[in-house]
Amino acid sequence: MAAKKANAFDPEQTLREIEDKFEMLQVLNEEGEIINKEMDPGLSDEQLTELMTRMVWTRILDQRSISLNRQGRLGFYAPTAGQEASQLASQYALESEDFILPGYRDVPQIIFHGLPLEQAFLWSRGHFHGSDVPDGVNIFLPQIIIGAQYIQAAGVALGKQKRGEKSVVITYTGDGGTSQGDFYEGINFAGAYNSPAIFIIQNNQYAISTPRSLQTKGKTLAQKGIAAGIPSVLVDGMDPLAVYAVTKQARERALNGGGPTLIETMCYRYGPHTMAGDDPTRYRTSETDSEWEKRDPLIRFRKYLEGKDLWNEEKENEVIDRAKEEIKAAIKKADAAPKQKVSDFLNIMYRGEMPQNVKEQLDIYTEKESK
Amino acid sequence: MAQMTMIQAITDALRTELKNDENVLVFGEDVGVNGGVFRATEGLQKEFGEDRVFDTPLAESGIGGLAVGLSLQGFRPVPEIQFFGFVYEVMDSISGQLARMSFRSAGHFHAPVTIRSPFGGGVATPEMHADSLEGLMAQQPGLKVVIPSGPYDAKGLLISSIRDEDPVIFLEHMKLYRSFREEVPEEEYTIPLGKAEVKKEGSDLSIITYGAMVRESLKAAEELEKEGHSVEVIDLRTVQPIDVETIISSVEKTNRAIVVQEAQRQAGIAANVVAEITERAILSLEAPVLRVTAPDTIYPYAQGENTWLPAAKDIVEAAKKVLEF
Repeated sequence: MAAKKANAFDPEQTLREIEDKFEMLQVLNEEGEIINKEMDPGLSDEQLTELMTRMVWTRILDQRSISLNRQGRLGFYAPTAGQEASQLASQYALESEDFILPGYRDVPQIIFHGLPLEQAFLWSRGHFHGSDVPDGVNIFLPQIIIGAQYIQAAGVALGKQKRGEKSVVITYTGDGGTSQGDFYEGINFAGAYNSPAIFIIQNNQYAISTPRSLQTKGKTLAQKGIAAGIPSVLVDGMDPLAVYAVTKQARERALNGGGPTLIETMCYRYGPHTMAGDDPTRYRTSETDSEWEKRDPLIRFRKYLEGKDLWNEEKENEVIDRAKEEIKAAIKKADAAPKQKVSDFLNIMYRGEMPQNVKEQLDIYTEKESK
Repeated sequence: MAQMTMIQAITDALRTELKNDENVLVFGEDVGVNGGVFRATEGLQKEFGEDRVFDTPLAESGIGGLAVGLSLQGFRPVPEIQFFGFVYEVMDSISGQLARMSFRSAGHFHAPVTIRSPFGGGVATPEMHADSLEGLMAQQPGLKVVIPSGPYDAKGLLISSIRDEDPVIFLEHMKLYRSFREEVPEEEYTIPLGKAEVKKEGSDLSIITYGAMVRESLKAAEELEKEGHSVEVIDLRTVQPIDVETIISSVEKTNRAIVVQEAQRQAGIAANVVAEITERAILSLEAPVLRVTAPDTIYPYAQGENTWLPAAKDIVEAAKKVLEF
């Protein structure tokens, strides 16, 4: 009898059943072959080429940013190589009216959503002109506080709902971000209000040095959405077609009143956490690095496109040359930004009437600065 | 004696207390294998094992709550908040829970927790990493707030903080981590909390300050000495509670004072120091007590911070106003 009772109540079994359901979705394998025709989003030749162009352009931006940082010509930089499919294919599934709340590594997405490159550079350098988002570009600033963008995304999504807008919100965090309270609050609020939000976890395996296994006992990060009652997906984050397909589907679901979706993209950051002294050799082995590099999104997408006669070395070189020129021009523009003054900072503190203390200090600093 | 940077002195203090007391636990984001993003915990996990020095999932509020719970279990937690700019994520654990532990249990529970965290500016961090938020902490009754101005003090003050029976916020200025070395004894020693240090004696003016502004104030004092002014520089070391006795006896001697902080004018500790001076020594004063602070804005973007931060020349300027009043 005792044994029967135990069988009737087996939470471990329930957990196993849920966890086992999360298989990593893939459309394009590492050899660049379509292995899941049903999930193939059916992008046109032009779209496929455009997506590849963006990924190559961003890889060059990453390489140049790292070297500019080393030369002291760029400030804060969080490398992106390895995450191009996760970042750019998800953004490519959006429309310009959709709103992006990025993490600090998600600068490529907001550039393709309309932030001028020179502003991205100024943001990196720590110049306020970089953060002055042009009107009509639907992005928020890269978030520094891990996970904070998740609950803010729920707010933007609820606002869209209240305004009756036919668009969605997308936000990004990393594997570490899923441990923050804001993460749970964000997916839970958006679920409770059934708001049009897409929550992306870019699982690049390490939160600075802390491995994914230390963040949670959960087998996947995607399964965290189940507790919030929202559709949740685990996808190969180095497969641009799979990332595009799941994001597109999440967007359509949100627009059709299906509420938020949580997407975990499995990927890897080849570089350090940021350029400010992180040394990945302290916490990763080169064997792990090279295993992930074999799954590189550019390699497999290049093979796929070459097979369709849509891509070749010449095309790639064109993109590389153009990227380098655009980066050079943007750096030149960024160099021309005026030196920031304390009076500038005082002036942007409040939108409404300037408080007495700020007004007084503005007079003092303006006089000092005029000398 | 060894020449140490402040970061080395901090590691040394942690090692000393991990050795001394098996209830001391060091934890936080990336403090284990990685040794902390500033390497404050370098080698400690290897030396003391994962039971004593361990990484946490990425959640500041989790780290704070864990410290509360571990202290209920009789441990002496020394958690690290990776950057004090992230403190807002853990404010409830600090102000809502740790600070109240003794009071709300009528003294039954107590929280011998030392939260270490890098703060301050001048090292070109990304947004929201740099700031001087000691004023927020100092306004919370129940907490002690300690800010060393160099390697020697860092070791002695950190050991005292860890041994203290109540919660201590131990703030480490990022610019001081590696900017200079000092003789630091290899053996253990403590520096009492709540006691200021007269860094330099003088008779014409008292400069009361703390943290990275101690060096700027000493530089300013040197400038002023060249012009014939004898300047006393006081390093508060602990900014809550402040050492009123040392401040007042200095002001009674010099009759003039300025207070220097890196924090914005509306934040920080300076206003409290000025209030104590006017309440207790107004008849000794021959000039108003001026403050040298950053302006009342958000901590600026990296490229703008050096024009924003108070520096020796601002201290000299304020000192002259007071000396010539």
